[in-house]
Amino acid sequence: MLSKSFKGISNALISIFAGFIVGAIVMLSFGYDPLQNYQNLLVGAFGDIYSIGETLRNMISLILTALGFAVASKAGFFNIGGPGQYLVGWFSTIAFTLNFSHLPGFLLITGGLLCGAVAGGIWSMIAGVLRAYFGTSEVITTIMLNYIALYFVNFAVKNWLAAKGSDSSPNIVRKASLNTNFLQEITHNSTFNWGFFIALIVVALIWFYFNKTRSGFETKTVGLNESASKYAGVNVKRTIVIAMLISGLLAGLGGAIDGLGNFQNISVSNNLPSVGFNGMAVALLAAENPIGIVFSALLFSALQIGGLSISVYSNTPSEIVDIVIAAIIFFVSIKYVFELLLKKRWFAKKRVSEKEGADK
Amino acid sequence: MSLTTILMTVFSTTLIYAAPLIFTALGGTFSERSGIVNVGLEGMMIVGAFSSTVFNLSFANVLGNATPWISLLVGAVFGLLFSILHAVATVTFRANHIISGTVLNLMAPALCVFLTRIIYNGKGQTPVIDQSMGSFTFPGLSQLPFVGKVLFSRTSLVAFVAVFIGILSWYILYRTNIGLRLRSVGENPTAADTLGINVGKYRYLGVLISGFLGGIGGAVMAQSITLNFSASTISGQGFMSLAAMIFGKWNPLGATGAAIFFGLAQSLPIIGGYVPVLSQVNSVWFQIAPYAITIIVLVFFLGKAVAPAADGQNYIKGK
Repeated sequence: MLSKSFKGISNALISIFAGFIVGAIVMLSFGYDPLQNYQNLLVGAFGDIYSIGETLRNMISLILTALGFAVASKAGFFNIGGPGQYLVGWFSTIAFTLNFSHLPGFLLITGGLLCGAVAGGIWSMIAGVLRAYFGTSEVITTIMLNYIALYFVNFAVKNWLAAKGSDSSPNIVRKASLNTNFLQEITHNSTFNWGFFIALIVVALIWFYFNKTRSGFETKTVGLNESASKYAGVNVKRTIVIAMLISGLLAGLGGAIDGLGNFQNISVSNNLPSVGFNGMAVALLAAENPIGIVFSALLFSALQIGGLSISVYSNTPSEIVDIVIAAIIFFVSIKYVFELLLKKRWFAKKRVSEKEGADK
Repeated sequence: MSLTTILMTVFSTTLIYAAPLIFTALGGTFSERSGIVNVGLEGMMIVGAFSSTVFNLSFANVLGNATPWISLLVGAVFGLLFSILHAVATVTFRANHIISGTVLNLMAPALCVFLTRIIYNGKGQTPVIDQSMGSFTFPGLSQLPFVGKVLFSRTSLVAFVAVFIGILSWYILYRTNIGLRLRSVGENPTAADTLGINVGKYRYLGVLISGFLGGIGGAVMAQSITLNFSASTISGQGFMSLAAMIFGKWNPLGATGAAIFFGLAQSLPIIGGYVPVLSQVNSVWFQIAPYAITIIVLVFFLGKAVAPAADGQNYIKGK
């Protein structure tokens, strides 16, 4: 067990290192200074209280979408629907908060977050039900649901929430915001908000779910071997639906918290929110471990927030950090190569004498 | 507006929007027939759109009218080069196909916008191209009564090329040795290997063809619809092509037909204003239609038995 998690961590560290090397090579080949840029990135992410607040805030939705991806993945499913679930969550939360703005703050926030989480959950559960009862590939349905969500939310924002001719909804009332005066004061007006603590609590809950509950255990067994768990009496169909539901709840909650804590409104958008895909990247780097996801989200969040200051202090395009992120995930995906290399070295050490004999 | 003009508009707009989807969906078909799942089509299109636009902007004054067509080939070559990443990861390094495809989708916009900023002084989008793919009237055929005007005048030539490539792809996949071998490594790589077919080679071939065609698809998008390159040039067309491929049951002719159908759905909001009944319908339904139809078709008509049997499985010799 220990060696397994050690292997996971070493794989992740090698991938991160290799990803930064790729970024450095790209920068060098276009005449930019990688060391200076990486230093700017670090300062941009952690240089002062404001930046730290931004980095921590940016972690929230990464953590939640990553957890969502991880839960489905543990059950053996690729939930690529994170962006869509995040989006419907964000939309439902804003819609609820705008419509019930007379409620007291606490109810408004709780109701808004619930609304967003449930909307995301239902959106993802559609794919779960289709997978469980019709055998339809969840990869395809979640991709399709992403775009249905995108166009539907654009339509709904424009027609139902926004004023005529406008592409954005009005802002939510101040009492519904997760970004309180107190937090703004101690983080020098960053967008850091209470959602961060909600996200950490959810991490603990998901860890507990997988390691201490029956449903979580069933989810893992279905992911490992569907037929065996069926034979052992697990209701596979129900487990699939539950796993996809939780997965969507988490992504939806991510959208909800970003809506109340960061954006305060919702606008029409041409593209799917990139956080859904980045959340996938976070989960893959962490090998779907809930605790690992926190660290992996910290890294990617720092890259994104720090990346903004790369283009401020030099003329290096800030897209370089996205290249680094993509490269890291590329190396994570080919971990087989690292394992092979490690194994080869291991065998080489062990059988060095035999080999020499054979070569001669 | 007369009926002939309406039909002509519907037909030509449909083809303009279908062309990028046809090429890319055919690309996806080759890749998945060889057993490599390709959710990275979107990324391949982005690379094709970017490289073709840069080429077009750089060489338009030298090549003149031929520029957009040569740009397509440039997009194809860069799409192919980019797809090597997917091939190496999935075939040689046994990566999960969906993760690797996602890497392509993360990498392509990052890399292309990065390069755009470097080439065009920090701007996130390229200037608009001068030499784009205009409409085309077939000499001779357009003189036919009714049909000539509806089908063959002021239409999209590249879409006709796309349909031709679709038929050619069907011929290659189902009537040639190479096609048979490529399909066999996607159905049962172990059996194919036993018969002496190089599984890895044919899977590489499938992925590289998909990069080539996906690159063309992206290039067509940039040369005939958006006319420049930015982060939003390709927004979901790759995934829509993936849907077309599935809707077309992993068959080149089916994929072509499905892509044309999706092209129609995409063009309806544009031409809807001219057609009395359609102008009453909100355009959101047309936008959603291709994706919703794919899900419905998948659930009720296809089930899971249609995809190539070994699609998505890495082949490990001796296992």
